[in-house]
Amino acid sequence: MNKLFLIGIKDLKLMFRDRAALTFMLLAPFILTIGMGFVTGRFSGGSNGLSNIPVVIVNLDKKDLGNALEDLFSSADLADLIEPTASTDPEAARHLIDDNKASAAIIIPAGFTESIIPADGAIDNPNYARPEPVKIEVYSNPSSPTSAGVVKAIVDEFISRVEEGRTSGMTSLVGLMTSGLLNPQNASSEAERLFQNVSASESTAITLKKNTEGADAVDFDILSYFAPGMALMFLMYTVSYGGRSILAERAQGTLPRMMISPTHTTQVLGGKVLGIFFTGVAQVGILILASSIFFQVKWGDPLGVIVLILAAVFGASGWGMLITALARTPAQVGSTGSAVMLIFGILGGSFINLEQMPAFIRTISKITPNAWGLDGFTTLALGGTLKNLTEPITALLIMGAVLFAIAVLIFSRNGLVQK
Amino acid sequence: MSNILEVKDLVKQYGDFTAVKGVSFDIKEGEIFSLLGPNGAGKTTTISMLSTLYTPTSGDATIGGHSISKDPMAVKQVIGVVPQDLALYEDLTAKENLVFWGQMYGLSGKALNSRVDEVLDQIGLVDKAKNRVKTYSGGMKRRVNIGVGLLHKPRLLFMDEPTVGIDPQSRRAILDTVKDLNKQGMTVLYTTHYMEEAAELSNRVGIIDHGELIALGTQDELTKQVGQTDTLILHISENEDADALANSLKDMPDVLEATTTDHEVSIITPSAENILASVVSKANERGIKIRSIDIREPNLEAVFLHLTGRALRD
Repeated sequence: MNKLFLIGIKDLKLMFRDRAALTFMLLAPFILTIGMGFVTGRFSGGSNGLSNIPVVIVNLDKKDLGNALEDLFSSADLADLIEPTASTDPEAARHLIDDNKASAAIIIPAGFTESIIPADGAIDNPNYARPEPVKIEVYSNPSSPTSAGVVKAIVDEFISRVEEGRTSGMTSLVGLMTSGLLNPQNASSEAERLFQNVSASESTAITLKKNTEGADAVDFDILSYFAPGMALMFLMYTVSYGGRSILAERAQGTLPRMMISPTHTTQVLGGKVLGIFFTGVAQVGILILASSIFFQVKWGDPLGVIVLILAAVFGASGWGMLITALARTPAQVGSTGSAVMLIFGILGGSFINLEQMPAFIRTISKITPNAWGLDGFTTLALGGTLKNLTEPITALLIMGAVLFAIAVLIFSRNGLVQK
Repeated sequence: MSNILEVKDLVKQYGDFTAVKGVSFDIKEGEIFSLLGPNGAGKTTTISMLSTLYTPTSGDATIGGHSISKDPMAVKQVIGVVPQDLALYEDLTAKENLVFWGQMYGLSGKALNSRVDEVLDQIGLVDKAKNRVKTYSGGMKRRVNIGVGLLHKPRLLFMDEPTVGIDPQSRRAILDTVKDLNKQGMTVLYTTHYMEEAAELSNRVGIIDHGELIALGTQDELTKQVGQTDTLILHISENEDADALANSLKDMPDVLEATTTDHEVSIITPSAENILASVVSKANERGIKIRSIDIREPNLEAVFLHLTGRALRD
């Protein structure tokens, strides 16, 4: 185990002494991120890169809060961001999502308003029972994680405002009654008045305003997409460079020298893999830190970010090892690795949001660590946490494990050095 | 003295090609043993099998009593290897290289640091220890390459053509280092295609050609195989026909063998002095200009020539 780490640390040290590699690993993605920031207007206060997100709204509630939510999605504030369509059939709306015709469907069930605001005179009824909470369904398109995430963030914010208004109203009523300022007999009418305020369209309790913290919830920073996109693309360079070092060491005699020392083949190979992993983690970590410092990119839940980095590097390292196992010379790994880096960069959405690509490209993109990694980083940037990353992390870990297994099989068949 | 290395019928085959054809020899503890042979003779393949890097097709060897096939990890603890090609990390300093390779041999802490300092002193690179290896001259790199092989104080050191491609001064330093190590008690298996190095260093020499060990013994024992013969070497101009001259000399009395390499004609004879005038006369008859003449008494080169009909550098 100790030798495994020694080999890994040695490779990390060597990588950081290679100026050409450092340029590709750190400088190139950083500059490209800046470039994408300028192209998208991020640095000139322009758009966030997302517009006209197709959303289907099924308002079965048809009462104050349901109507307020529907109105919100049609409001002028969100006119550039959202392209809403109304529907009355939840199943039809879900089909539209399944058919990739919209990014998300918002299904507001019947009774949503009443589950929050009692009907007129209901509280006066001694047999009044508070209805079960009714949940709004956001049926999202998995192939449009960014857009679906934005829609979900708007709905979450709406619900949070409603809940905030309801709680503050109830607290006020109880406080007034306790202090004797409100006659319990008048509580019902007062409650209705308060809840009416909650549902009023101009109430801060339910309105997403451009200049309030509600805006933060839907204000998706485009660099939160392109910064990880570039980091993940150049991560593919790093892992193929690391893989290439196995063949380079074989050619320069240091790998055979390690095999001659009292070190097991598994330790040598494991150490090389660990070196690739360490380098990848360092690269993505540095890029994330730099974009946080220089561009104020908000990456989201730190724990989620760390776990996602580890999983993404693991998945990408699997590709690096497979490319190495299939190649015969370091030059072959270099050229194949560069090609794979670009192809995966395009397929994985590093340059163009996958949501703007045809469905079959989105399907193919699932073989790339870039797509899964970006999916995860987008989720985090939109306020998700580690528990929302189960799918991308699982996919990346499976990807890495399968590719490593294939690479090890090929290495064991061909021999790490000529036998 | 007991044998530290015993090689029995070692064979290495790659498809239809047999690189090593049943080589057998042994090395006594404390001696310098040279494997002498031209490029492609099978020296490096033999060393690679003995150092457990390659698996023998058949045969076996024991090093320090451990079989290279059955107990390679124990063998690795006994041996040190100085490979023919430099096997170093050029972006690391000499000290960092030695520390890393020392760790690979299980050294750590104070023992590692003090051993690295000792080796740096031994290879004369204390002052340049913190410079990256890529800034070193070829000779300095060779010294680091040797230093790595010495870190764990191996009982048996394999040195595979350690002087290839370096300047005479560095070559001299390496040969002196080998002698010093041997004086300190280290057994050395040294491969080379330079007859002079084998002659200077070795207690015993094995001559290898086309994967076969064709002669084995001390220098005296080997030269006796040739008999009391001299080698007369004629250096002729580039545009002269060396083969024609060699063929015409073969029929002369006292010429045991006449062979050519590049622009040289090598003649093995019981007495070079006796045939010198006749040989020059024969060359003149054919209009061949002789640029210079060497006379060599029996040596390993002559032995190789005698056994194979070719010069070592062929």
